[in-house]
Amino acid sequence: MMLQAVSDPLLKVENLVVEYSVGGKTIHAVSDVSLDIARGETLGLVGESGCGKSTLGRAVLQLRQAVSGKVLFDGHDLTELRGEALRRMRRRVQLIFQDPIASLNPRRRIGDIVAEPLVIAGVKDPEERRQRVNEVLSAVGLDPALVSGRLPHEFSGGQCQRICIARALVLNPEFVICDEPVSALDVSIRAQILNLLEEMKTRYGLTLLFIAHDLAVVKAVSDRVAVMYLGRLCEVGPSEQLFARPAHPYTALLIEAIPVPDPDVRPTQSIPVGEPPSPIAPPSGCRFRTRCPRADARCSSEVPELRLVAPGQLAACHHPLI
Amino acid sequence: MSGALLSVEDVAVDLPTPRGNLRAVDHVDLVVGAGKTLGIVGESGCGKTMLSRAILQLLPKKAKLSGRVMFDGQDLPALSAEKLRKLRGRSLAVVFQDPMTSLNPVLTIGTQLTETMQEHLELDLANARQRAIELLAAVGIPAPEQRLSQYPHQLSGGMRQRVAIAVALSCEPKLLIADEPTTALDVTIQAQILDLLAREQQRRHMAMIIITHDLGVVAGRTDEVAVMYAGRVVERAPTPSLFKQMRMPYTEALLAALPKLDAAPHTPLPAISGRPPDPTRPLKGCSFSPRCRYSAGRCGTEKPHLSAAEAPDHLYACFHPIAAGANA
Repeated sequence: MMLQAVSDPLLKVENLVVEYSVGGKTIHAVSDVSLDIARGETLGLVGESGCGKSTLGRAVLQLRQAVSGKVLFDGHDLTELRGEALRRMRRRVQLIFQDPIASLNPRRRIGDIVAEPLVIAGVKDPEERRQRVNEVLSAVGLDPALVSGRLPHEFSGGQCQRICIARALVLNPEFVICDEPVSALDVSIRAQILNLLEEMKTRYGLTLLFIAHDLAVVKAVSDRVAVMYLGRLCEVGPSEQLFARPAHPYTALLIEAIPVPDPDVRPTQSIPVGEPPSPIAPPSGCRFRTRCPRADARCSSEVPELRLVAPGQLAACHHPLI
Repeated sequence: MSGALLSVEDVAVDLPTPRGNLRAVDHVDLVVGAGKTLGIVGESGCGKTMLSRAILQLLPKKAKLSGRVMFDGQDLPALSAEKLRKLRGRSLAVVFQDPMTSLNPVLTIGTQLTETMQEHLELDLANARQRAIELLAAVGIPAPEQRLSQYPHQLSGGMRQRVAIAVALSCEPKLLIADEPTTALDVTIQAQILDLLAREQQRRHMAMIIITHDLGVVAGRTDEVAVMYAGRVVERAPTPSLFKQMRMPYTEALLAALPKLDAAPHTPLPAISGRPPDPTRPLKGCSFSPRCRYSAGRCGTEKPHLSAAEAPDHLYACFHPIAAGANA
């Protein structure tokens, strides 16, 4: 069932299941998700709040324990690693969060914040640390001499996100998970940070998992896009192809719902009313069926498997649009 | 201007801060006709929310307001607190970004809706209840009768925003101010809420101001757009001409910086370098000039006024506007 096999995957997620227990009830956050990310690729992961996209990102890093399934990073199953072996592997994978200000310790100086991963990794020589910190701060467009001694509150949201990116890059990781890295930023600043991420990816040869709810943002940086709904993967495919010819009705709905900055494009009035059901009791069969215009009896009885609908494009739907 | 439902004349809002005076709104003029929709677009800190608070007379206590806000023939800053309260619930309504700003967490949905109508429309409880059910149905809430006994926390974010809209519409306002009404919501829910606002606006022939940071939200849903930067309106025009003939470099840059769905992946975005000026340290010249690629000559020393050149309804504040028709 590995139809989406890419050549030379750096990350392979296989049949991952993550569940939480809240007040005695089980939340099905990630249900049987499999995906591959090729070395040097950016995979965009989109979906609405509560679809499990952030949980998936955290489960890759083992910050959330999976109920079952594998997370193979460069051939090693991270779900089986513990202690020092896991810590060693984590240096190669870094995470950037949505709220850049909240992710920086308000009492520590920027130089120390960015150097901390080096301290934890056991780089003992302060001069070596300082050099590496200066290098990454310059790379993200900040002047190390001006910023190192200052505190996070002296910086704007956009600058704080640059600092977070510098901290994520200081250990020379191979893989970076960006979880809504620009959602909290203004339009003019958002473009700066997206361009910076692209630049860093090329410069340091990174592989990215880019998690966001904004399809246009995801398309701007991703080679391939994966769409999630209520814990399951709906569709995966090359960015341009997926946006031009979505196969899953949910992908089509997401694309249709984007407000376009063109007064000649009249907003459609065809967005179906309704909201995602609760992940505590997801619908049987296809989880999107309760909002889907194409749903029939089969959709409620049989879970659709991901299958190839076009070259490189997979959709989990009994009645795909293509 | 006669026939205007709302006219904002030379409004300025000053806020004292530890760092000195902060001019949040810097001499703004706006007009909204009955049944018309105005979009106010800008980034955080541009003064769009303060301007809406100035219209609603809901400014922080220490804020200083100057200028006139004429609504439905009355000068709002001159009205008594009691008169304002009557007006705000009734003909002047607001929907905030976070529906919990306006919903009371310890009152049921039913109480919040019926209370407003009993107070302002002097309906008895049975009639108010009936109307509440109709309103909830109109804003797309399933099983409205059961919802009346529920509390806001029992609803999703999208449903709460629908309830907040129902409360705002309950007394048939003449003007609805929607301040980032969909920013906290998911994209499919955002589209539903914008559709709902547009439908109700047309059906009730109500005027509406949509405040947003997203040019996409105002493009298909407004008659006129005002773009704000550093406390001022820097461009104002009927929506089609704003998008087709934008003159102010900031508007152009803001639109260009948006990722486009029809662009190929990995296309570098034309970002605006730098960031907005510190509002407690106003610049002498045009506030956008340090970030503007057309900046030259007097841009750094003299403030351009908002004025019309070719078309009387297309105003912009720029010494070096983009040539008319350049981006048509």
